[in-house]
Amino acid sequence: MPTTRSTPTAVMLTRADVEEFGRELDKIRDEVMASRGEDDARYIRGLIATQRKLEMAGRVLLFASWLPPAWAAGTAALAVSKILENMEIGHNVLHGQWDWMRDPKIHSATWEWDTASPADQWKHSHNLVHHTWTNVLGKDRDIGYSAMRVHPEQKWHPIYLAQPLYNALLALFFEYGIAIYDVELERIPTGDKSLKEALGQLRAVAAKVRRQIIKDYVAFPLLAGPCFLPVLLGNLTANLTRNVWAHTVIFCGHFPEGAEVFTEEQIQDETRGQWYLRQLLGSCNIDGGPLLHLMSGNLSHQIEHHLFPDMPSNRYAEIAPRVRALCERFGLPYNSGSLARQTASVWKRILRLSLPGPGRPRQKETAPPVEEVQAAV
Amino acid sequence: MTAPSTTTSDIASRWVRRRLASAARWLTTPVRPDDYLRLVNPLWSVEELCGRVEAVRPETADAVTLVIRPGRGWVPHRPGQWVRIGVDIDGVRHWRTYSLSSTPRRPDGRITITVKAVPDGLVSGHLVRRAEPGMIIGLGRPEGEFVLPEPPPTRVLFLTAGSGITPVMAMLDSLFAYGAAGSAGLGDADGARKGTAPRAKPLDVVLVHSAPTAEDVIFGRRLRELAAEFSNLRLYERHTRTDGRLKPTDLADLCPDWTERAAWVCGPAQMLDEITAHWSGPVDQLHVERFRPARPAAVGGTGGLVRFTRSRREVDADGDTPLLTVGEETGVLMPSGCRMGICYGCLARLSSGRVRDLRTGRIHGEEGDLIQTCVSAAAGPVEIEL
Ligand SMILES: Cc1cc2nc3c(=O)[nH]c(=O)nc-3n(C[C@H](O)[C@H](O)[C@H](O)COP(=O)(O)OP(=O)(O)OC[C@H]3O[C@@H](n4cnc5c(N)ncnc54)[C@H](O)[C@@H]3O)c2cc1C
Ligand code: FES
Repeated sequence: MPTTRSTPTAVMLTRADVEEFGRELDKIRDEVMASRGEDDARYIRGLIATQRKLEMAGRVLLFASWLPPAWAAGTAALAVSKILENMEIGHNVLHGQWDWMRDPKIHSATWEWDTASPADQWKHSHNLVHHTWTNVLGKDRDIGYSAMRVHPEQKWHPIYLAQPLYNALLALFFEYGIAIYDVELERIPTGDKSLKEALGQLRAVAAKVRRQIIKDYVAFPLLAGPCFLPVLLGNLTANLTRNVWAHTVIFCGHFPEGAEVFTEEQIQDETRGQWYLRQLLGSCNIDGGPLLHLMSGNLSHQIEHHLFPDMPSNRYAEIAPRVRALCERFGLPYNSGSLARQTASVWKRILRLSLPGPGRPRQKETAPPVEEVQAAV
Repeated sequence: MTAPSTTTSDIASRWVRRRLASAARWLTTPVRPDDYLRLVNPLWSVEELCGRVEAVRPETADAVTLVIRPGRGWVPHRPGQWVRIGVDIDGVRHWRTYSLSSTPRRPDGRITITVKAVPDGLVSGHLVRRAEPGMIIGLGRPEGEFVLPEPPPTRVLFLTAGSGITPVMAMLDSLFAYGAAGSAGLGDADGARKGTAPRAKPLDVVLVHSAPTAEDVIFGRRLRELAAEFSNLRLYERHTRTDGRLKPTDLADLCPDWTERAAWVCGPAQMLDEITAHWSGPVDQLHVERFRPARPAAVGGTGGLVRFTRSRREVDADGDTPLLTVGEETGVLMPSGCRMGICYGCLARLSSGRVRDLRTGRIHGEEGDLIQTCVSAAAGPVEIEL
């Protein structure tokens, strides 16, 4: 049994408590899922309409971008629209949160989003791998995106020395990073994935990226005629803004201080209650108002999202206080902090863990004995 | 019907339109121009045909007619055909089939459906009580073979009961109101306007319609007016609460030559079964439309694991639940329509396994078969390409 494994904080629940915690969460889930209805449908339809109108407005404004205010307004509108499209709409539709409406236009099976990653590949790597294996070392590829050391439990390698640099680069080109990441190139040498399959996926990425690039960097600039350059720059700025924002929000989900990782042994024969517990302990929320929740695609409610990935995202805010109260009742941590705090925490880790050694001394003396951890998780 | 002659300019403009559409796709990738058009006006969508309810007219205490403006891409129906209608109820889209009760010759281009609320009926209840002008509904394409041939036969019997009058109303309007009775062809507005050559024999139509009382007759006033205006349309109303249910023997009294006519029959299953059993005329002259499944569903049988391959979802299903329901409950995007094996709106490809036809109990299916998910249940493990 590895001794360097992290130890779930203060989780000294009995097995019965864990299952009770799970049942309470099931109750919340059943209640909300049964009450899905017209208001929710109106929310997502209205949001999609707003986002598309905002996008059109942004593009039209950019056609007048010889006026600096028009450039700024157009670029901002486009950036906001792209953020909404990727996060509150795309991410959540692809999770199947809206499949219950049986609307073929708003369904995880048919949706395609404005980012480099083809929906199909992303659904596999995100919905299936990440949401099933959340924060399990060696299984959840989202831990540092298989490229960075974000938990002291990951073994150090000299390559991590440069990780602050490539995290900054990743932020800028996040959509491409994710698209390549979804192809799971690192599984080819081990034989887990055939080269042929990977090449097929890469071709799909290339085909999609080509259309995306032509749209934003050739077609719209050409249509703008004399405004070619400002439109191109506006589109580029919007895309980069969206990338940096998405990267920031997403890194706050599982990497801030306090988020825990697990080993494969720990999750053997995991029960529903234990699964819930792992999702809770591995996820972090961002505090903020409705605007922050909207713009983060409700990933600011990462905990609620990981507990109930297919619940319509507009409902997370409503259940968050109940989940938090439940955590209090069971003495469980509920990791939530401001965007600034969580982001600073992530960057501190990335800097610290680029060097060898644990990020901070583990409090071995407070760790529960292994059997207890196993019982809890 | 003459095919419209295609001119070079038609071809050129079609070519230009196609090029423009494909150019526009580059601007809207990864979605389609249609997704933006729909925002401006849902009726502009060609990919997802829909209609706007413009008026809701009560017909009886529990039936309404919806006047619908169909979206771009609607192809005119033939009188007697039905269409799949998609209605959002509590945020969830439900599809059912309804006969078009309007003639395709309506000059305003509107179509109508007439819906009677069935007890505990989800969609019919919603449409009868909640439908209002402005409501957007999903539309399929007109389908069905319960139609008059071209040209129509001279001696016709319409035998209907309850909401079964709806497809026949479309035929009557086409024959009488909009096509100078006894002279014009059907369903072809051009033909009507040009005035097709007069037919040799005059039209002779008998309509026998049953409803509990005079007030319950859907289109009652309209039918009576038509019968008063056209001597070659004879209308018999049967009010079953006072006169009892119409039997095939009654029919022989009302219309002695009934089996010598070309007949269109639409109503409750019992009526259809009796008429079919008593029909002594040529088989191809009896046309029957069912609004409900003919036979009660077969029960029993083991189910199996159902895998929806494209959606990557799987679920254990019993041998009685239609695969349509199984899929819907698992969140798979299942096409559907009548939900009773009539419209073929639910076809899906079987990738492996065999299914049980819930109407007959027959077990069938080979890889690649298109199956009707609404009347098929799993008979062992099944893979569906959805
Ligand atoms: C080709 C075709 C054409 C049709 N045209 C019309 C039309 O013009 N006007 C019209 O009103 N309906 C028509 N129907 C029937 C219609 O499609 C629906 O079946 C009907 O409206 C009931 O749907 P619902 O959602 O209200 O009932 P559901 O909620 O699906 O069912 C509720 C209950 O009603 C029973 N039920 C289902 N269908 C019927 C029915 N037809 N009659 C009585 N009970 C039923 C069910 O067994 C169930 O117990 C047509 C059906 C077909 C197949
Ligand atoms: S839904 Fe009509 S045949 Fe299946």
